Amino acid sequence: MAEGRKRENYLGIKGWVRAGRYGLERYLYFLQRLTGFGLIIYLLIHLYETSFRLRGEVTWEGVMGLFDQPVFAVLEYVVMAAFIFHALNGLRLVIEELGFALGKPRRPVYPYETSLQRQRPFMWAIGVLIIVFLVVSLYDFLV
Amino acid sequence: MFTEEQIITFKVQRFDPERDQGPYLKEYHVPYTQGLTVLDGLYYIKEKLDGSLAFRASCRMAVCGSCGMFINGKPHLACHTQITELESTVLEIRPLPNYSVIKDLVCDFTPLFAKHKAIKPYIIRREAGEIDNPTREFLQSPAELESYLQFSYCMKCGLCLAACPTAATDRNFLGPQALGQAYRYCADSRDDGLAERVKEIDHAHGVWRCHLAGACSEACPKGVDPALGIQLLKRQVVLRAVGLGKGRKLAAVVPPPSGQAKPRVEAPPFTVPRAKAEIAAGDSRS
Repeated sequence: MAEGRKRENYLGIKGWVRAGRYGLERYLYFLQRLTGFGLIIYLLIHLYETSFRLRGEVTWEGVMGLFDQPVFAVLEYVVMAAFIFHALNGLRLVIEELGFALGKPRRPVYPYETSLQRQRPFMWAIGVLIIVFLVVSLYDFLV
Repeated sequence: MFTEEQIITFKVQRFDPERDQGPYLKEYHVPYTQGLTVLDGLYYIKEKLDGSLAFRASCRMAVCGSCGMFINGKPHLACHTQITELESTVLEIRPLPNYSVIKDLVCDFTPLFAKHKAIKPYIIRREAGEIDNPTREFLQSPAELESYLQFSYCMKCGLCLAACPTAATDRNFLGPQALGQAYRYCADSRDDGLAERVKEIDHAHGVWRCHLAGACSEACPKGVDPALGIQLLKRQVVLRAVGLGKGRKLAAVVPPPSGQAKPRVEAPPFTVPRAKAEIAAGDSRS
C-alpha cells in the first residue's frame, strides 16, 4: 500500500476570492486584502513617478503631461475609492478585533446567533459612511 | 419540491490515491424519503450502489464531528444536513477543503489535532499539584462559566478550517479551531496559562493571521463562534502586552464541604449490597 499518499486540497487564493454563500464579511475580507495590495502597488508607482522630479523641470513636465489624460483621472478615483474603503473597513476591523461590537459569549441555543450577526449594524453604519465618502470624493473629481 | 418519488442526484467526489490521477465526480441517484440527511444518502449509496465509496461518520447526530463535508459549496456535517434544507435535488459533495484528501471524502485531520495540541488545551495553574492531585475544589460563579462555556462545545469537526479563507493559503495558521480553544482556556477563571499560551498564539501564524472573515462562525455546527473567541483572545493578548490586564481574579481553591458527614443515601432495591443486607436481615420474600 502506498503509505501516506495524500492529495493536498488547499483552496489557495481561490479560497479568498470565491466566498460562495458566506456572509458579507468574507467578501469584505477579500476586498480589504485587494485594496491593501492595490494601495501598495500605487505607492510604488507614485514613488517612481515623483522621482522624475530629480531629473529636472523638462522631464517632470513631460511625465505630468502623460498623467493629464482622462484615464489617469479615473485611476486616481479608483485609488481614492480603495483608500476610503481600506481605511474605514480597517477601522471597523481594528475595533472588532479588540473584541468590541461583537457582543458577549452566550450559550449556543439553536438557531445560533453569531457575533458576526451582532456586529452587522456597526458594519452597515461603516458601509454607509464609505458610500458617503465615495460620493463626496466622486463629486470632487467631477467638479 | 420533495416528494417520496423524487430522485436526488448525489455528485460525489471520488479519488483513490493508489489508482486515480486526480479527483472526479461520480453521480448516484438516491430516492428521497422524508427526513433524509446527506449522510443517510451516502449510506444508501454505500449499501446499495457502490461499496467502494469512502467517507467517515460515526454518531449520526452531530456529536462526534466525523462527517464534515463540503456540500454544495459550504462545509456541513452530513448527518446534520437535511436534503430539504439545501433546496436542491442535485447535491455536490466534496471532501473538506484546506486539508489533504486520503480517499474520496475522507481527509487527514492530523494538522488540525497538532494545532489543537499546540495551544495547550487544558487548565494551567502555577501550583501544578492541585491539578494533578486535587485535594480541594475551585470556586466558579455561573457568570464565569458563561464567559467560556460557548467555546467548550467544540467537537473538532474541522468545518471552521474548511471555511476559513486564511487557512486556504497559510497552512501554518493555527486556525479558528485551535485559537477558539485557546480562548476557551484563557477565559476560564480556573486557568492561569495565558503567559504560557501567548508563546504559541502571539505570532504571524497565530491570532494575528485572523482578519475576521467570520466564515468559521457561520460554518460551526455547534454555535461555538470561534471568530468571537479569537477577537476576545486578541484583546487579552493586547491588554497583557500593554500591561493593562486588569488582574483577573483566579478562581479560589476551597476545601470541599467534607466537614459534615456524607449524607447517607439508601441503596436502591435492585443493588447487590441491599439484597445482601436484606438476606442477612432474614428477609424471606423469595
